[in-house]
Order: sequence, then structure tokens, then C-alpha cells
Amino acid sequence: MKRSVEERNWLEQRNVIVCRCEDVTLEEIRRAIAQGATTLDELKRLLRVGMGPCQGRTCRELLARELAEHLGKPVAEIMPPTFRPPAKPVKLGLLSRMVENAPRGDEGSSLEGGESR
Amino acid sequence: MRSTADAVIIGGGVIGSSIAYHLAKEGVRNVVLLERHSFCTGSTGRCGAGVREQWGSERNCRLAQASINAFEHLEEELGYEGDIEFKQKGYLILAHTEKEWEQFKKNVALQNSLGIPSRLLTPQEAKEIVPILNTEGMLGATYNKRDGHCNPFHTTWAYAQAARRLGVELQYFTEATGIRLEGGRVVAVDTTRGTISTPVVINAAGPWAKPVAKMVGIDLPVYTQRHQILATEPTGPIIDPMVMSFSMGIYCQQTPHGSVIMGMGDPNEPKGYDIGSSWEFLREMSRLILRILPALESLRVVRQWSGLYTVTPDAHPILGGVPGIEGYYQAVGFSGHGFMLAPAVGRIISELVVGKTPFIDITGLDLGRFERGELQVEPSVV
Ligand SMILES: Cc1cc2nc3c(=O)[nH]c(=O)nc-3n(C[C@H](O)[C@H](O)[C@H](O)COP(=O)(O)OP(=O)(O)OC[C@H]3O[C@@H](n4cnc5c(N)ncnc54)[C@H](O)[C@@H]3O)c2cc1C
Repeated sequence: MKRSVEERNWLEQRNVIVCRCEDVTLEEIRRAIAQGATTLDELKRLLRVGMGPCQGRTCRELLARELAEHLGKPVAEIMPPTFRPPAKPVKLGLLSRMVENAPRGDEGSSLEGGESR
Repeated sequence: MRSTADAVIIGGGVIGSSIAYHLAKEGVRNVVLLERHSFCTGSTGRCGAGVREQWGSERNCRLAQASINAFEHLEEELGYEGDIEFKQKGYLILAHTEKEWEQFKKNVALQNSLGIPSRLLTPQEAKEIVPILNTEGMLGATYNKRDGHCNPFHTTWAYAQAARRLGVELQYFTEATGIRLEGGRVVAVDTTRGTISTPVVINAAGPWAKPVAKMVGIDLPVYTQRHQILATEPTGPIIDPMVMSFSMGIYCQQTPHGSVIMGMGDPNEPKGYDIGSSWEFLREMSRLILRILPALESLRVVRQWSGLYTVTPDAHPILGGVPGIEGYYQAVGFSGHGFMLAPAVGRIISELVVGKTPFIDITGLDLGRFERGELQVEPSVV
């Protein structure tokens, strides 16, 4: 896998931040890989990379290349991370007012005197 | 992969990883840990991360108490450079019904008799601990400052790395496909990468404990059930303790990272292996939580997921060996609270394997209790 000179120079700065949302540096990523992390999900579990507001849009590619280089595999063989709903952040207040058309209401709760908002 | 081992562990969640470390610490170092996926893919990586010793049964109290003692020094013990994020900011358990309140009085008396410093609180005292709490309709609460939460990924990784340094082979992406018995003894484990000769096999397969037990002809009395959970965007510190209600079936905590995590037990959830996410959960969860913590209304949900509980008829785990199957051990059926028990359980199982008396009495946590009908059901679960 080939990297451009610019990219290589940039990556050589060890404390360069790879995941901007969660403030994770290249050095931290390399340390986790050295300890045995082999997948994007494992990096996510250890470092929170890709779990911030951008959900990995910025760092996913960089992380995959870093893993591929270390494992000597093509980038295409690196498993993509798991994606979790919702696609966009939604306020709890809005969710609680979602329209009633599901099978279960909240009368099953034993909270006495509680009024649903 | 090693072809001969002194013990093989099936499952690389927090339980299997803790067992691996404790076995190596007991001197059993030629151990292979088999994990079908990578670490924390099962229940552990999906859990609510809560750690409490406020239980309604003496056995759960003692297992949790010993585990909290271990969590307090875990990074040092395991030589972990990272942070397992163990925070003891307490658990605040709310009572909204007379029945709950009566049970809580009994629980606190039991807990105090075991040295657990839990207390009964008035709604006003509870509000002092969580100022954003809506105390309407509340009869009281219980609180224990030693409870808290801990990062399941780092805890599991810390155990696994410490085990590896002591000589354990971690075999991720390797599935156990069979257990061979000869004359009532374990002799080998078949895997997707070959066979390992071993006199000892430990079933720590979480939600898949039942199919693994089948490999030695045991029908475990457990079922699996989806539990859903969500996380919000991070915010400044607003809730110190884990806030929990058994009658509403919910729990909620703020992680050190700042996001608020909350989950719910749905009594209508069918048994099975579904780990999808539903919008009904988002609606129910948000409605219930906003009744007790209305100030969370403007927080945004950024992620929802689900995982499996592996439930036994009495909500206690099944620990130890099984008469008639020499060399087979299990640590299964945690019924939604296995993360917090992992330190004590890892030590107990390794002590059993080397023939020591476990440091906590586990009488009545064996598989035989179900046939004997000696069940004492844990009342305090979500
Ligand atoms: C939503 C939710 C919230 C929870 N909240 C809490 C909480 O707040 N506090 C708490 O203490 N507990 C909580 N729990 C429960 C806790 O997650 C579990 O009790 C605990 O993680 C069990 O750990 P384990 O290692 O036994 O199982 P797992 O983490 O599931 O590990 C078992 C592993 O075995 C592997 N495996 C299975 N079969 C095979 C095979 N044949 N070969 C190789 N590998 C195999 C699986 O891939 C899996 O990784 C929660 C659970 C859920 C779902």
C-alpha cells in the first residue's frame, strides 16, 4: 500500500490527532495496535475513535490504513466498524413525544401518579 | 495455536478474561482462551457498566463486595497502563411502591450486616445527591457510596493483557466447536483452528453458554433475552450516582466521558438472540427517564444498541464444576449482572480448578440447585 510523501510526513508526527472528535493521537492508536488490536471495532472499544459527533467520517480511513500497514493486509480486508443508530442525534424530549402507534403504551409502568410528558 | 494446554477457556468476555488472569496467577499458565470474535463482542461490550453491592441476596452481596474490593486496585494489580475508569459515585435506587420500600428495608439490613455501608434515604436526601431528581411519588431511596461504574472494554482488555503476559494464549477469532470426553473426563477441545488436548475446559461463553454446555451433554436452565440501551451526547457533570428503579425497570448513569447511558428491561421482550434496536425502546426509555430526570429532556441521543442477558430461574449465576464430568467448569447465567462480579468469579473458578477452597462460599450456586429445587430468587434486578 502506497502513501504519498505528504501523508507520510504528516503521519510521522506522533502526537498528531487522528480522531478529532475524541482527541485521540496517532501514538495512542499505534500503542493499541502494538498491544494486539487488529480491527476497527477494537480500536473503537479501547480509544473511542469514531464514536464522536462525526461517527468516524474523518478518521475511519486513516485508522484502516494504519491497521492495514501494521498487519500487512490490503485496506479492503480491514473489517468496517459497526454502525449504530440513530443516524442523527435526537433529543430525549422529542423521542418521548413520538406519536403513539406502537403496540405498547406506558400504562404498564408501576410509577404511581406519573404523567407521561 | 498450542495443541496441548492445562486449561482451555471458552469465551473472551470479561468473565473468561478474568478467569484466564486468575488461573495464570494461580500458576496454571499453559492456558488457551478461545474467543469466536474479538474481545468484548458479546454481552460485556454492550453492558451498562454498573457495579453495585446493593443486592437482595447474601450471595450476590458477597460476590459484588469482593469484586468492588478488587476493582479499587485493579489497575495496579494487573499492571494496566490505561484507565479502567472505575468511579465510585454510588448507586441511588428509587422506591415508588410500598412493596419496593419494604424490600429495600430488608435489603439494607442484610447489606449492613455484611459490612456494606448502604443507607435508606428520604426523597429529600436523595435529591441532595441528585439535584435534578424529580421526587414526586417517591417513597424513598437506598444509596451506597461504594457502588459505581467501570469501563468494560478496558477492564476486559486489562485482564486479557495481564493473562497474556503471564503466559496465557489469547486466541481471538477462534471458535470452540466441540468438547471431547473420555470416561467422564474432559480430554480435548475442538476448534476452528484445530484440536487442543486439555484436561480442563471452562465454559464462559455468556449468551452461548447453553450451546457450549450441550457439547458435554448438559441442558442449562438459562434463556437469553435482549436488553436495549442508549447513550447521549456528552455533557457537563449532572448525575453522580447510577440512578435505578426496579419497578420502572430502568437505570441511568453518566460516564466519566460525560455521556449519559440508560437502559430498560422490557417484561414483554421475547426470549432469543435478537440484538436489533427498536424505536419503541427510544420512546419508552425517554418517557420513563424524563419522569424521574426531566432535566435530561434537551440531551441528544447519539447511539442505541442492545445486548443479551443470560437469565437463570433465580437470577444468580451458575458457578463451578459438575459431578460426573471431570474437568468441566462453568461461570454462566449472570442474569444481567456479570460484569460487576467478574473479579470475584475469576478468582473463585481458578481456585476450584487448582483444588483450593474458593475464597467466597459458593454453596448453592452450583448447577444441582435447580434439580434440588433450592432456589432463592434475587429480587433486585432490572
Ligand atoms: C444492555 C445490558 C446492560 C447490562 N448492564 C450491566 C451492568 O450495569 N452491570 C453488570 O454487572 N452487568 C451488566 N450486564 C450484564 C453483563 O453484560 C454480562 O453479565 C457480562 O458481560 C457477562 O460476561 P461474559 O464474559 O460471561 O459474557 P460475554 O461478554 O458475552 O462473553 C462471552 C464470549 O464467548 C464467546 N463465545 C461464545 N461461544 C463461543 C465458542 N463456541 N467459541 C469461542 N467463543 C465463544 C462470545 O463471542 C462472547 O464474546 C448488562 C448486559 C446488557 C445486555
